Order: sequence, then structure tokens, then C-alpha cells
Amino acid sequence: MALIDLANPTRFLALVERVLPWLVAATVLAFAVGLRGAFLAPDDYQQGATVKIMYIHVPNAWLSMAAWGVMSLAALGTLVWRHPLADVAAKCAAPLGAAFTFLALVTGSLWGRPMWGTYWVWDARLTSVLVLFLMYLGLIALWRTIDDPARAGRAAAILTLVGAVNLPVIKFSVDWWNTLHQPASVFRMGGPTIDVSLLIPLFVMGIAFMLLFLTLHLAAMRNEIMRRRVRTLLLTQAERA
Amino acid sequence: MTAIITALAALFARDARIAIRIGGGAMIGVLFFLTVVTLVPFAIGPDLALLRRIGPAILWLGALLASLLTLDRLFASDHDDGSLDLILMGRIPMEIVVLTKALAHWVTTGLPLVIASPVLGLFLNLEPAALGSTALTLLIGTPALTFIGVVGAALAVALRRGGLLMPVMVLPMTVPVLIFGVAATNAGVGGTVPFATPFTILCALTLMSAVIGPFAAAATLRHGME
Repeated sequence: MALIDLANPTRFLALVERVLPWLVAATVLAFAVGLRGAFLAPDDYQQGATVKIMYIHVPNAWLSMAAWGVMSLAALGTLVWRHPLADVAAKCAAPLGAAFTFLALVTGSLWGRPMWGTYWVWDARLTSVLVLFLMYLGLIALWRTIDDPARAGRAAAILTLVGAVNLPVIKFSVDWWNTLHQPASVFRMGGPTIDVSLLIPLFVMGIAFMLLFLTLHLAAMRNEIMRRRVRTLLLTQAERA
Repeated sequence: MTAIITALAALFARDARIAIRIGGGAMIGVLFFLTVVTLVPFAIGPDLALLRRIGPAILWLGALLASLLTLDRLFASDHDDGSLDLILMGRIPMEIVVLTKALAHWVTTGLPLVIASPVLGLFLNLEPAALGSTALTLLIGTPALTFIGVVGAALAVALRRGGLLMPVMVLPMTVPVLIFGVAATNAGVGGTVPFATPFTILCALTLMSAVIGPFAAAATLRHGME
């Protein structure tokens, strides 16, 4: 079934109804395996047990950028291919991305207090992620301000694509600037610098968070489609009256 | 080809004339700049040494706010009297039109700020090297602020009751210009960082935003309309 077959909202909703229970089960299973792996993983030789915040902080950070990536693809779908559900996907991904960014900032801040001695520092990585968070909030505000969902979708799509410039800045900020945040340790040239005993649970948690995003995203898209149907019904009723 | 140039020149002249005449006139941006620069010593105290250290940052923030707050009406007044629709239906690509309007805005708002900045720098006890450095970086950086702000101005046309939404969306994107502008100013006075490093990045930001800004704004104006 090609992507264009899912352009029909009814068919999309039918697919979601079939797939969602499996996704929920997969997410719960992945979290169970990941958290068990995180608990059993060895302590870091420098940080001790505090390193285990990494298993929450890092996947949240990955997802915060991935959500903007999903929104950028959806934006292309709206502007270039005019896919009917693209702006639904974009609208539903924004609050999820904002939540992941917020959690990444908070867990990182809590990790920084024992490790760096401070809750916050204005280095390149933290500042660029904070700017990403502000852009998420601005985007959500834009969605709420324009009444017509289709028009809001096009305006938000352009803003999403312009804001996508921030993603490579965040990724490479620890390489381009001298930051307190540690440099790239997983996705870097020359392979990860994290030991495999810590890396495996990290990847499992990453998959778990990805499944969480997918589950919540599909559920939110279903709700948004329902919401738009209710809106159309109300408009039709008001016109008739 | 000459017809397009003539049309763009007429558009530039029209925008410049409107900016000079209405909304408080040409000097309102400079006046706001002066107000901001005056307010800061009231807030932080008259410690001259402290003002000299953060002076470039105050000037940059004042220029940023003055540019952004005057950009709101760039397209809105055209939209209200219908000329925006005529321009959209015309033969000139909307991206070039947006570029021209942005340049007109910079010449009437940004350039006066650049010229006023050395005078205001004296209020902040800046040394002569800092005065020249600030003016130069503002000269290169204020076009970037205008080009990035133009995207927000285009969005502001689509939002009737936008309020503060436009500055909130645009300000995160102007953060790199602010960072490198202040860094270049401080590097021009002394210190370990060579002046060329942040200055060339600032030039790059201006050139990049000169392309991305008009394209994004034109797309918004085309697609965001009813």
C-alpha cells in the first residue's frame, strides 16, 4: 500500500485502528527490556551510577530532533506533494517534539548539577536546544492562531523548513564550539566511544522512545482527523441554521 | 528586463517614501534605539566600566528590537489596500519583490540605526575602536535581521490577531546573527579571537538570509493567503 493510499482519512483511520494496539504492546515491551538493561548495565568509571540518566536524557534528545525531522518531511508533503494528511502529521508531531525537547533539557539539567556543578550553562549545545524548544512553542502557537487548518498547515510548513536549519547546528554544536556538554559519543566518524555494555541498553531505550513517539503520533493524528470532522460538521450545521 | 528594473526601482522608491512619511517617520527606529539605550543604564546603574563591557551587546539588542518591531507592517498595509494581491499576480517573481521591499526597509530603518550607533555608543562609554567595530558589524548584520524578519512579516499578514506571535517566531532565528555580531564587535576591540573569524561568519549569515528569507517569505505570501 503506497503512501498515497493513506491519503484517504478513512483508510488511514482503519489502518491506525488495526496497528495501534500492536504498537502500544511493542512500546511497553521495548521500555521493559530497555529499563531492565539500563538497571543491569555497569556503572561508568568516572560518573558512577549517575550515568544512568543517560538512558533517559539521550533518547529524549534524539527524539526532539527526529520530531522536527518528521515535521520537515510532513512540511515537504504539504508544500510539494499536497498530501492531505501531511499537515495533520505536522500538527500532531509539534507538541510531542516540544515535550521531548523539554524532557531532554530537564533531565540534562538534573544530570549537569552533580556532574558539572551547575543546572545550566550557556554553551552551544544547551543554547541551540533551548532555541529549538522556543521554535517548537512558536510553531504550536502559530497552529493555534490561524483558524483554517489548511492555511495554518501551509504557513507552519514554511516555518518548519526554515527552522530545520537549526538541526545540523545542534548536532555539530559540540564539534564546532568548545562546549561543556560532551562531544559526539555515539554518532560520530570512527564509531561510538561508549562501551558496548552501555551502548546496547542505550540503543534499546532509543528504539523504545521511537516506538513511543510513533504510537503517540498515530493516536494524535487519529484524534486530529476526528477533530476536523467535528469542526466541519459544526460549520455545516451553522451554515444551515 | 529594463521594465522589471524600472518596476523594482519604483517599488523601492514607493516603500522608502511610505516608510519615511507614516508611522512616525524615518527617525522612529532611531528614536526607539535611543530609548532602549537610555533605559539600560537606568536599569543596571551608571557603572561606566560595566557599560563599556556590555555596550556592544546593548547596541545590538537595541538594533535587533528596533528592526523587528518595524517589520510588522511591511506587508500588512499592502495587504489591506489590495496592492499585495496585485503584486502577487504580476509578472515579477515574488522573491525579487520581497528582496526589494526588504532592502527598502533596511535603507529606511537599518541604515539610520547604523549611523546612529556611534553616537549612542558614546552614551555607553565605548572606546573609539568599539564605536567603529560596532558600526561595522551592525552595517553587515542589520540586513540579516531584516531578511530574517521578513519571513515573520509575511506570516504576520496571515495572522490577523497575531500580537506578539511574530516576534516570538522570528527572534530564535536571529540568535546566530546576534551571537556573531557581538562576538565580532568584541573581537574588533581586542582579545584572543581574531576579528575575521566571527566577522566572516556574520557576512555569511547575511548572504544566506538574503536568499532564504525572501524565498520563505514569498512562499508564505503565496500559500498563506485565503
